[in-house]
Amino acid sequence: MSWTWFHKLASPPHAYRILGTIAPWFGWASLALILLATWWGLVKAPPDYQQGDGFRILYVHAPSAWMSMFTYVVMAVAAGVGLIWRIKLAHAAAAACAPIGASFTFLALATGSIWGKPMWGTWWVWDARLTSELLLLFLYLGYMALRASFDDPQRADRASAVLALVGVINVPIIHYSVNWWSTLHQPASVTKFDKPSIDMAMLIPLFIMIAGFQLYFGWAVSRRLRGEILRRERNANWLKEAA
Amino acid sequence: MDLQKFFEMGGYAGYVWTSYGLTALILIWNWWAARRSEAEAQTAAKRRNELALERSS
Repeated sequence: MSWTWFHKLASPPHAYRILGTIAPWFGWASLALILLATWWGLVKAPPDYQQGDGFRILYVHAPSAWMSMFTYVVMAVAAGVGLIWRIKLAHAAAAACAPIGASFTFLALATGSIWGKPMWGTWWVWDARLTSELLLLFLYLGYMALRASFDDPQRADRASAVLALVGVINVPIIHYSVNWWSTLHQPASVTKFDKPSIDMAMLIPLFIMIAGFQLYFGWAVSRRLRGEILRRERNANWLKEAA
Repeated sequence: MDLQKFFEMGGYAGYVWTSYGLTALILIWNWWAARRSEAEAQTAAKRRNELALERSS
């Protein structure tokens, strides 16, 4: 198998152009899906038989929690690729993921806390799910702080990649925490091998919102990665045409 | 649709609307921050090009 397509894709000028082309598509598609899911989740979906209209927080809480873990895995894989094959673009992609992931993790924690108050009677509890998600936020912040502490971008890349890879252990811990330990947080109701325990009428807007968030991530990471590429390719000739 | 009932959210108005408002805020922040990050890098790259041109001429 020929790897030329891969080398072409990993070349900064090519990636810069492609990202600039696909970003608007991601952006508009995500806007459409997020607006559709918001209307569906707030208006069309029936109220829950136990939680009434309070369950509608699900449509922003679950997608942001999903994105907090998804983004971390993308970041860790990119960091690993950068570390093993010494691809600068991969390190740049990992760096572009961090602030987006941190913001989704914060959102998952905040909306979870707001949901917990009326349903559990408390804003916060140190159970395994909540604690491991909080650790995820600290991993993102630590990753960004570590990067910022180096003047040499190559050393920043390598050191932060190691942190990203070590921290990825936390992702399955977050996911399975509700099964491994007794937690106040409810067990998984969608990502199960048997049938999900949510009705389809409630599940469809959730899937639309998750798809919208994924596309939104695609847009944000494309924009940030283009910025990273320009900052790193300081003296390259192609920049004269791109900028 | 009864608008007042909709905004009341079955008594969970404060929790539901705060959650959605916060989500909107985070999405708007990400949009703004990503755009700014790209635009700043573009401006800096342009400046470098101009300086290089000046020096070569």
